[in-house]
Amino acid sequence: MRITPAPAVLGAALLLGLTACGGSDSDEGTPGSGGAGAIKVEASDTDCKVARTEAPAGTVEFAVTNKGSQVNEFYVYAKDGRVVGEVENITPGLTRSFKVELTEPGTYETACKPGMKGEGIRADFTVTGSSSATGAAGSDEKLAAAVAAYEKYVAHEADELLENTEAFTAAVKAGDVARAKSLYAKARGPWEEIEPVAESFGDLDPKIDGREDVVEEGMAFTGYHRLEKDLWKDGLQKDSGAVADQLLADVEQVVAKAKAVELNPLQLANGSKALLDEMATGKVTGEEERYSHTDLYDFAANFEGSKQAVAALRPALQERDPELLKAIDARFADLDAELDRHRTGDGFVAYTQLSDAQVKQLTVTLDAVSEQVAKVAGVVAA
Amino acid sequence: MTGAHASQPSVSEAAAPVQHTGLSRRGLLGVGAGAALTGAVAGVAGTYAAKRADASPSPAAAHDPSAPVAFHGEHQAGITTPAQDRLHFVALDVTTDDREQLVTTLKAWTRAAERMTAGAEAAPGGVDGGGPYGVPQDTGEAYDLPASGLTLTIGFGPSLFDGRFGLADRRPEGFEDLPGFRGDDLDPARCGGDIAIQACANDPQVAVHAIRNLVRIGFGTVSVRWSQLGFGRTSSTSTSQVTPRNMFGFKDGTNNLKAEDPESLAEHVWVQPDDVAGKAAWMAGGSYLVARRIRMHIEVWDRTNLQEQEQVIGRTKGGGAPLGQAREFDTVDLAKPGADGQPAIPETAHIRLASHANLKGIRLLRRGYNFTDGTDGVGHLDAGLFFIAFCRDAAQQFVPMQKALAGKDALNEYIEHNGSAVFACPPGVKPGGWWGQTLFS
Repeated sequence: MRITPAPAVLGAALLLGLTACGGSDSDEGTPGSGGAGAIKVEASDTDCKVARTEAPAGTVEFAVTNKGSQVNEFYVYAKDGRVVGEVENITPGLTRSFKVELTEPGTYETACKPGMKGEGIRADFTVTGSSSATGAAGSDEKLAAAVAAYEKYVAHEADELLENTEAFTAAVKAGDVARAKSLYAKARGPWEEIEPVAESFGDLDPKIDGREDVVEEGMAFTGYHRLEKDLWKDGLQKDSGAVADQLLADVEQVVAKAKAVELNPLQLANGSKALLDEMATGKVTGEEERYSHTDLYDFAANFEGSKQAVAALRPALQERDPELLKAIDARFADLDAELDRHRTGDGFVAYTQLSDAQVKQLTVTLDAVSEQVAKVAGVVAA
Repeated sequence: MTGAHASQPSVSEAAAPVQHTGLSRRGLLGVGAGAALTGAVAGVAGTYAAKRADASPSPAAAHDPSAPVAFHGEHQAGITTPAQDRLHFVALDVTTDDREQLVTTLKAWTRAAERMTAGAEAAPGGVDGGGPYGVPQDTGEAYDLPASGLTLTIGFGPSLFDGRFGLADRRPEGFEDLPGFRGDDLDPARCGGDIAIQACANDPQVAVHAIRNLVRIGFGTVSVRWSQLGFGRTSSTSTSQVTPRNMFGFKDGTNNLKAEDPESLAEHVWVQPDDVAGKAAWMAGGSYLVARRIRMHIEVWDRTNLQEQEQVIGRTKGGGAPLGQAREFDTVDLAKPGADGQPAIPETAHIRLASHANLKGIRLLRRGYNFTDGTDGVGHLDAGLFFIAFCRDAAQQFVPMQKALAGKDALNEYIEHNGSAVFACPPGVKPGGWWGQTLFS
C-alpha cells in the first residue's frame, strides 16, 4: 500500500490525458467541414475496410457498417494499446457512427472485431498536423492545485500526529494506563489518515506501526502496537518507557519527512484507493488492533484520508468525469452513514461489539466505495 | 404425461452411446481449439441478433462444449438448453432502495452477459484497453477461453416484491418462500436472496469469471448473500446427453424432462400467459427456479451395501436400470413384483416417490449439480447435490413433490437439506432488451 515512486511515463501520460480531454470541438474532421465527413468503415466477418486512414488532429467521426453475419465492434487504439474510442454491438446490416477526439498527431490503430473478441482486424491510422488540444493549461492548474492542497493536508496531519503522540507517550511514561488507553486511538488517527505517505519512508513504518507477527526477523517489536499490547494485555513492562521514547523519536522523523514530501496527482489518486484497500484488508477484519479493538477508529481515519485525497482532486474530476465524482460522492455518503451507526461518545464502539451482520454491512458498503474510487487514477492519468 | 424417453426409447438409446464418446472426458474442454472457436464465433453470429435455437438446440452445439449458447430468445438460456458441466450460482441481496439504480445495474448486467456468453470480455477493451492507470473492467481470467457454452440466467426472489421497489402488486400469486419440510436443517446463510444469477459453463473458470464480473458491476447495488459452485451436472436436459451420476454414484435424471419435448415443457416448465394474468403478466414465458443445497452423508452412504443402495434409489448402480428392468431407459414399472413378491421398486425408493406416476403427473425440469465444498472440520466430505429445478409453479409442483419425499424417502437417512431458495426467472431477453424489463417496465 505504499506510495510508489512516480513512474517515468507519468508526465507524458498526464500530458496526453490533458490533451485528450481538452474538449476541443475543432471543426476539422467533422462532417461538412473541409469536405471530410465521417470516415466510412465497412466491417465484415473477415475484413475491415477503413475508407481513409489519415485525418487531421481533432474530432474524427467514423461511420461503421456491418456487412458481415456476426455482431461487430470498431475500436481506435492509441500507440500504447489504450482504447481511445469504440463503438459496440453493431449488429449485421447496421451502421453506427461515433466521434473520437484524436487531438494528438501520431499513429493510432483501428480495429474491427467480428464476434466482439480477439485482437481484431487492425490497421494503422495516422493523425496529422499539430495538437488541437485546448484547455490543457486550465486542467493542469487544477491538478497542481490538487497536489498543493493535499500536501498541505498531509503537513497538518503530520503536526497532529506529533502532538497526539507526545501526549500518548507522556502518559505511558507516567505509568498512567487509563489515560494512555484513552489517548491511544487518537494518537494513531493522523497516522492512519496519511498512511500511504507515512508508511513510505523505509524502516520507519515497521518500527512505528508494525504488528508483532509482521516485524521482520531480528527486528524488535516496537511502536504503537507494542504499547497497545502492554496497555491492554501484558501490563506496562520495564522497557515500555523506552519504547515510548523510541516511538516519539521515530514519529518525529516521519513528521519531518512527511512535511517535505513532494507528491504528484497520480499518487493522490492511488493513495485514496490504497487507504480503502487498507480498510478492506486490515481494519474491517479486526486485525490491526487485536488488543485494543479500536479498529473502527483506524477505519474512520483511513476513510477520512481517502476522502481528503478525492476532495483535493475534486475540481479536476469535476472537469474530466463528473459522473464518476457523483457516484463517488454517493458512495462516500453511504459509508459515512454506515460508520455513524457505530459511533459512541466522541469515538466508536469496540470492534468486538460488532455483529457478523454489521461487519458484512461495513464490508459491502466499503466495496461499493472502492469500486468507484479505483477509477480515479485512470481518470487523472488518462 | 408420457416423457420423451418413454415415447421414444429407441431414439434415446441410440443417442446415448454416440454422446458417451463425445463428452466422455473433460480433455475436450481445452482452450486452443482454433477450429472449434472459429465455428463458435460463426455460430453465435447467426443467432445473436435474431433468435436463439429455441427448444431444439442443434446437435452440433450440444457436441461442442466450447461453442456459445445464444443469450437472446423467447426463454432465458440455462433452463432447457443442454446442461453444462459446471455451475457458479449466486444469490444476492439488493442493498439500495433506489429503483432506478437497480434498473441501471440490471441493464449493465445484461450488456456484460451478452458479451460474456458470446465469449467476449465483460466490457470492450476490458482486459487491457483502459490504459496503464485505468482499472481493468474485465478481470481477465477468461480472456483466452472460448464461450464454453456459458449461460447466465437471472431470477427474482419473493423478497424483491416486498415494497422497496414498488413491485408488491406484481408478485405472482402463490410465489413465496418455500415452506419448511420434514427433516430440513436449513442454514439462513444459505437461504433466500432478492436476486439469483445462475452461471453454467463447460469450463469452471468461465462460469466463475462471469459471476465475479457481474458481482463487481453490482457493488453498491447488490451484495452477495450466498453462492454455490457445482462441478458435475446431475441431470441431462436433452436426449443428446448421456445421463450423469450424482455423488452417491448413481445415474440421476434419467426420467427428466427433455428439451426435445416442447409440449411437456409448456405443461411443466414455462409459465403460460393464463397463469399470470394482470400485473404478474411479466412472468409469462418465464419459469420458477427452486434451489436446494442437499448435503449427503457421504461416509455413511459409502459403508452401505450395494443391495441397500439400490433399494434406496430404485435403480441398479452400474447400468442405472429401474429395479425389475434390464436397461436404463426401460419404462419404470412401479407395480412389477420382485423375486420375493414385493414390488421390485420398494415403497420407499427414491424414484418411486419422485415419479410422476406417484405424484399425480407432477414433473419438474431438474438441472442440478454435484458439489464438494471441501471438508466439514470433523473429517467428513462436505458434499452433495445442489438441486436446481425449473417449473411452472413451485407451489403446485415442487412443494407436493418434496412433501412426498420428505415423509417417506429412504434416502432421507443419507441426506439433509441445508439451503433453500426459490426465484422467478423472467422470460428471455430480446436484442436491445434487458434482464427484468418486463417486470420493471
